[in-house]
Amino acid sequence: MYALSIRHLYLIKGSFPRILDLIYWPTIQIILWGFISKFFTMYSDYYTNTVGVILSCAILYDFLFRSSISFNMLFLEEIWSRNFTNLFVAPLRISEIIIALTSTALIRTLIGIVPAVLLMSPFFGVSILDMGYALLLLFLSLYMFGTTLGILVTSGLLRFGPSFENTAWSSLFLLAPLGCVYYPISILPEWLQVISKFLPLVYVFEEARSILVNNIVNYDNIIKALILNLIYFIIAVAVFYFSFYGARKKGTLVNMGE
Amino acid sequence: MSIELKNLKKNYNNFEAVNDLNFKIDNGKIIGLLGPNGCGKTTTIGMILGLIKPTEGEILVNGKNVEIEKNRIQVLEKMNFISPYVELPKKLTVKENLIVYGKMYEVKNLKERIEKLTIDLNLSEFQNRKTGELSSGQKNRVSLAKSLINSPEILLLDEPTASLDPDTGDYIRSYIENYASKNNTTILLASHNMSEVERLCSKVMMMKSGKIIDEGTCKELISKHGRQNLEETFLKIIRE
Repeated sequence: MYALSIRHLYLIKGSFPRILDLIYWPTIQIILWGFISKFFTMYSDYYTNTVGVILSCAILYDFLFRSSISFNMLFLEEIWSRNFTNLFVAPLRISEIIIALTSTALIRTLIGIVPAVLLMSPFFGVSILDMGYALLLLFLSLYMFGTTLGILVTSGLLRFGPSFENTAWSSLFLLAPLGCVYYPISILPEWLQVISKFLPLVYVFEEARSILVNNIVNYDNIIKALILNLIYFIIAVAVFYFSFYGARKKGTLVNMGE
Repeated sequence: MSIELKNLKKNYNNFEAVNDLNFKIDNGKIIGLLGPNGCGKTTTIGMILGLIKPTEGEILVNGKNVEIEKNRIQVLEKMNFISPYVELPKKLTVKENLIVYGKMYEVKNLKERIEKLTIDLNLSEFQNRKTGELSSGQKNRVSLAKSLINSPEILLLDEPTASLDPDTGDYIRSYIENYASKNNTTILLASHNMSEVERLCSKVMMMKSGKIIDEGTCKELISKHGRQNLEETFLKIIRE
């Protein structure tokens, strides 16, 4: 497990453009949403006393996005470098591969998101850290969901090969509108609300807004999100195992490359 | 360690990639697997490595069925492989790649092992260079170092000297030959290079359309088919 993690840490350490790339997009996101949120606070009653609502939600969403993409990227790196087969003939259990990728994805995500979080306060006078301990639970929930999506996409890569790569990039964009990142669930048509309630994102972002606007932590939302995440995570791991055995049957683990 | 294949079959939909393969490689033997492209050599190696699930049959390594997950992991710890179609991460240095794989195989005294391999394979001066920056001959030596990092008791070599110049090819062959005799390593060599097979293998199996159609020592096969060398023998068997 450790070996697979250091393989990716060497890759990050050895390339300044790679580190820059990790930091660049979250920082741009924060600056962009920072100015948008500043504009909203000046012209919208809803946001009058909650300068950081949109900005905090943007950071939370970016954390989710980075968690998912990081997991996919770690797997895609193996395919692009034609190292994939070496990995699967090493004495690694599937569970060890999942744990190694999950933990390395967190490091990769934090490299990108921490500078963005630190920039919030001097640039826009708000800090997501003001959300207190509940923030940790929200991050945990988003990390679980991001990893779950990552595992599902990599399952597709395992089963169908590199042609599944486009899905890796688009998976989260599909769910974002239903996740109610920047608006309350009540905005959605009723039939979409029903679907949205199956997504842990809805509870996480509802809760984030509730903490920022009302200064109250509602643990019901947090627990609902965590339970849903746990269910989806277990399903994703099962799908990954299923895909691995499917790939062995189909022979796609041999010579998988660009 | 021995490798035994019993009634091994692999079908992809209606295509029979490997059909009823039966052979045993005893401990310390080097066996050649010859055949035209698409005859099932890589599929056979893939099944032994656990990358491909057989449709039917068994693969026993030292008597253990590798289809059982626990056995697969135990066997993979003592096995390694090299193929020109599989590369090491290009952005990592030679040393970093060897550290990563050494740790993956839980090699004891890894520092000493890497030092020995880099000296033996003339890689010392490149060890801090990125693998992607090396020539194909140097990359091949790095791949060989990776495949020997865990001091494997079984080596699966899929065209180990393909696309190498004669000098580098000869260097790799000599190294494998030496390594196998010193360490009593069991080797399955899939190759299109007949002189390589004649030099290294104590026995050869000829594969065509997923089946073994002939086998024996190089001398036996050449004399049986009344040809001058293994290449002519191979062509005769394959074209029949």
